[in-house]
Amino acid sequence: MNRYPLWKNILVVFMILTGLIYTVPNFFGESPAVQVTPAKSTSKVDPALLAQVEEVFKQENIEYEGIYLDDRGVKARFLNADTQIKAKDILQSSLGSDYTVALNLLSRSPDWLRNFGAKPMYLGLDLRGGVHFLLQVDMKAALDKAAERFVGDFRATLRKERVSYAGVTREGQTVQIGFSKATERDKAKSIITKQFPDLIIKESGSGESLLLTASLNAIEQKRIQEFALKQNIQTLHNRINELGVAEPIIQQQGADRVVVQLPGVQDTAKAKEILGRTATLEIRLVDEEKSDPATLEKAEKGQVPMGDEAFKDRDGRVVLVKKSVVLTGDYITDAGPGVNNQTGQSVVNVTLDGRGARVFQQVTRENVGKRMAILLIEKGSTEVITAPVINEEIGGGRVQISGMANTQEATDISLLLRAGALAAPMEIIEERTVGPSMGIENIKRGTNSTLWGFAAIAVFMIIYYAVFGGISVFALSINLLLLVALLSMLQATLTLPGLAAVALTLGMAIDANVLINERIREELRSGNTPQASIYAGYDRAWGTILDSNITTMIAGLALFMFGSGPVKGFAVVHVLGILTSMFSAVVVSRAIVNWVYGSRRKTTHLSIG
Amino acid sequence: MEIFRFKKDIPFMSYGRLTTAISLVTFVLAVFFLAVRGLNFGVDFTGGTMMEVSYPQAADLTTIRSSVDQIGLKEATVQNFGSSRDVLIRLPVKAGFTTAELSEQVFAKLKEADSSVQLSRVEFVGPQVGQELYENGALALLLVIAGIMIYLAMRFEWRFAVAAIIANMHDVIIILGFFAFFQWEFNLTVLAAVLAVLGYSVNESVVVFDRVRENFRKMRKASVVTVIDNAITRTMSRTVITHFSTQLMVLSMLLFGGEVLHNFSLALTIGILFGIYSSVLVACPVALMLGINRANLIGDVEKKESNKDEKIAEPDPSEFA
Repeated sequence: MNRYPLWKNILVVFMILTGLIYTVPNFFGESPAVQVTPAKSTSKVDPALLAQVEEVFKQENIEYEGIYLDDRGVKARFLNADTQIKAKDILQSSLGSDYTVALNLLSRSPDWLRNFGAKPMYLGLDLRGGVHFLLQVDMKAALDKAAERFVGDFRATLRKERVSYAGVTREGQTVQIGFSKATERDKAKSIITKQFPDLIIKESGSGESLLLTASLNAIEQKRIQEFALKQNIQTLHNRINELGVAEPIIQQQGADRVVVQLPGVQDTAKAKEILGRTATLEIRLVDEEKSDPATLEKAEKGQVPMGDEAFKDRDGRVVLVKKSVVLTGDYITDAGPGVNNQTGQSVVNVTLDGRGARVFQQVTRENVGKRMAILLIEKGSTEVITAPVINEEIGGGRVQISGMANTQEATDISLLLRAGALAAPMEIIEERTVGPSMGIENIKRGTNSTLWGFAAIAVFMIIYYAVFGGISVFALSINLLLLVALLSMLQATLTLPGLAAVALTLGMAIDANVLINERIREELRSGNTPQASIYAGYDRAWGTILDSNITTMIAGLALFMFGSGPVKGFAVVHVLGILTSMFSAVVVSRAIVNWVYGSRRKTTHLSIG
Repeated sequence: MEIFRFKKDIPFMSYGRLTTAISLVTFVLAVFFLAVRGLNFGVDFTGGTMMEVSYPQAADLTTIRSSVDQIGLKEATVQNFGSSRDVLIRLPVKAGFTTAELSEQVFAKLKEADSSVQLSRVEFVGPQVGQELYENGALALLLVIAGIMIYLAMRFEWRFAVAAIIANMHDVIIILGFFAFFQWEFNLTVLAAVLAVLGYSVNESVVVFDRVRENFRKMRKASVVTVIDNAITRTMSRTVITHFSTQLMVLSMLLFGGEVLHNFSLALTIGILFGIYSSVLVACPVALMLGINRANLIGDVEKKESNKDEKIAEPDPSEFA
């Protein structure tokens, strides 16, 4: 007699039902939708926002299929793409810049399924279209920049403490201070050691040319690199928010890399441009003492005076600016385009944070009558946007930058400034772009492969093993059901190699049933009764099935650990598929066999081909 | 329906010399082509750019080629795949170009020549990433081999572990040999297939070894060779049926899977075909050569199971020779 205890039958039924619930959302398809997410950390996601969005739709007579609130924002589905785009435009203008309104696709599955947490599988970029970037942060540049900051800090400190020094220069990531007297050097050393505890200070030189060399210690270097990475990720977030992408992924990978995935983005050129922009703003003083025509002419030919740098302004004139930076874009909290009331010119209005405002006030106070250059550094080239004369001390942190060519430029620059600067330049070192039509094509290819392969196996198994073949096919379809359910439940990213893994896993999973069926045949042949054969077949095959699945699992796990991109997508599904196949091939098929044959007291014949 | 019904065991092990010779020849050939021709690594490993574009009508490859040439990319390859409307362009890593922008430039040129062109897919991999993917791939391969060997050594015996791995490496080298011979592109997806074959093909060896172990228990008087022959004959049917089923699935991928899955399914096909052969006709002779016998296989199992009421006799010392 082959009968399962009640709990095992209940387990099988329970698993199949759960599998059905979590698989079903995949069949409802998707509708065009918009999603509203907060653009700033201060904007809240609450029922009031939902009510607000509903109100806007009611006023503008926009019909929607469904609307709901989740932890990320408000999502609304529409009947067609036209309504979707109309709704997006209206929402964006009525909600303002506090919220990002993005186009999206949402599952049409009913609310009660969503309440179970049942969602369709999360499709990877190769199935839904979009771009994947891997960006490498230039850490050397970040460290150079940090060293450059110390140059200015040292000068200010030594001047304040009345230490006489010969000069401060940066050599790579170290800063050198020259002295002519040993007493001054000792004094400087003790001051710097006290004020900058994160530096390693070394003495060198002799006689009249004494040197102090300061370099960052390992902990500080690491801190700067971590900060640069975090800052860059934050900046990318801000920029992508401006792009209005529905579900962007921006993640750190390793010590110096960032992964950016933008599903559904079609204009990759635009995306690349916005991500790759390394524009930073710097405010520096113009070196007025050396700005005589002769020096400027020399500077144009490359002979720049010590401590200065020469850049061109928009009219092609050379401007000599000091190397030390007064302020960087990091201190900017807001920026917006505007028009100067007196001149009618386009300007950018910039608001500085508290520290930036203090520094700015101090510098403007000390340098009335001199010029201050605003530099835009983009793609390695530096341009002086404007170099106005400081008429008076500017307090309160509100600065107006003139010199914009037109309103468009004012808007562009303010966007760039508002979205923040990158702490260090980044380079795209990997890109994978899949067009939207290709995504749909890939889904078709993956599912067609799986379905036709499944059909072929089904036909073959039923011909070869008759009723037992049919049971094996049923178990295999339960395997597919459970695998899809598990993928939907875990929201693991499904890619085309993942779909290939679904197909391959099914092709390999049938092995377990073949093993069992062959064993049963063998037992029958050696003269055992049908019931004993079923029992022995399952029992003996189990050890083999376990062994072979574990070895396959080892391969799958190694793929998962070391694989990247397509390999990882394959590995995830492969490993999950092995788990579901062990359950379905052994437990589910046995349950059916027991149900068909188990209770018959006198089974004389098994239909096993 | 039943295809395989053997009255007598097939004396596989007596063909040992022949099968070993066949394996050696294919293996040496594979290594030869790998050494002489080398693998045609895809952009995943070498770095570079691959673009897939499609046209509403048949694509004019000459125009496309000249558009690409205009940018100064003489080494670029332009070819059709799948249909005459789809074109694959491979661009090598080139100094002086900010690599990520390369594809934009090429696409802009193509659009100039024919505005109906559509960009289906771009893959750009920087040289440093390519190197890493290459290293990680090799590491994954080593880890799989080590993991499987340790497991088999624990579950069976080190001789089986070694035999199974030799049989599997034989499959892997032959897949690579095919890729080298035909200069099919070897990319990350193919690597996934190769590693999957490694796991899959070990299955085969495991199934046979399991039966060998079982036979050692049941057929107490039989010689080692008879035991192995019987194990192979009894699992023959299952081996062929399973592989056939898996191959049906892979064939379906080959037919419907498109460009991305094409080489993936090719690698699997070769792996499956040689997997049948190697798991039976390489793994077993190697295990035999390494000197497996009853004692080293079920020796310690018996000690553990001796208090159960399974009736297993002490191994006959005369058979140890």
